[in-house]
Amino acid sequence: MNPIGNLNKIFESRIRLGVMSVLMVNNEVNFNDLKQMLEVTDGNLASHLNTLEENGYIKVYKGFIGRKTNTTYAITAAGEKAFKGHLVALEHMIKFTK
Amino acid sequence: MTKKIYFELTEIILALYCKVLFTMTEDQQHLQTLTDIKRIMERSSRFISLSGLSGVSAGLCALVGAWLARVWLVAYYERWDSTGVYSDADYADLKFKLIVTALVVMVAAVSGGLFFTWRRARRNNLPIWDVTTRKVLLNLCIPLAAGGAFAAGLLYNHMEAVVAPACLVFYGLALVNASKYTLPELRYLGILEVLLGIANLFLLRKGLYFWAVGFGALHIIYGIAMWLKYERKGSIQ
Repeated sequence: MNPIGNLNKIFESRIRLGVMSVLMVNNEVNFNDLKQMLEVTDGNLASHLNTLEENGYIKVYKGFIGRKTNTTYAITAAGEKAFKGHLVALEHMIKFTK
Repeated sequence: MTKKIYFELTEIILALYCKVLFTMTEDQQHLQTLTDIKRIMERSSRFISLSGLSGVSAGLCALVGAWLARVWLVAYYERWDSTGVYSDADYADLKFKLIVTALVVMVAAVSGGLFFTWRRARRNNLPIWDVTTRKVLLNLCIPLAAGGAFAAGLLYNHMEAVVAPACLVFYGLALVNASKYTLPELRYLGILEVLLGIANLFLLRKGLYFWAVGFGALHIIYGIAMWLKYERKGSIQ
């Protein structure tokens, strides 16, 4: 079996991988906190979040605090499974390459 | 679930660290990715800038405060002994001095604590105010505010002797609660404070000594241990 096949293409982007890492250990995180933790720009983060949402790895909740929009993100069961699979694949890559 | 992942990542990273020194760059890249994931998980869920020196400075403030309080108390009892009669005015004066001392010590301890933690965050290029700061403060303040109100109630009912144990117990519970969002070792300091507070309940008249140990000595020991573990040059991180 080719171990590279198990590496998830979607997680090739460091930003998407970062978003998943944050969401693995935090229940719900809003856009600004994600931006601050990952040190990325608005547009960049938004497009990566879209990709993750389209793939069903994260859920998006649109809410309001007063009049301001407050969008929060959470990981889905599918996202969790995919992320763990990716970690296992990474681990295998390191163990079995020479 | 998250704890397990931390643990697994740490294991993988440690086990493969040596190997990577001798293997190809692709391996290094994957290992780097795993290290990054672990770092992001840690940074996003825990406030890791809490400095050991904050504990040491808070402990020193507490010891100075306890010494001052002892000076006021000794002076009060000496005066009582020399005149032979209890004086309401002297008692009110003592109470005032003790409360002012406590407030000054609290402000000094908190500012010293904030200073060293702020310094550590700046050195590591981490934000001082982010979602983890809010989490740790909120979870610290809930039991702490309850304890403050409880102690105020005790003072109001003239149960001064129970104030020191109550402070220690509530402060300890606040630390245990906050430890989920910052250095996990804070949990042990919290448990020790709670035990000390309970022990104090059975030796009620020794409140000041228990306070000096709980807020002074324990903070200093904990602070030095944390500094040695995380901040000294060559320690992990």
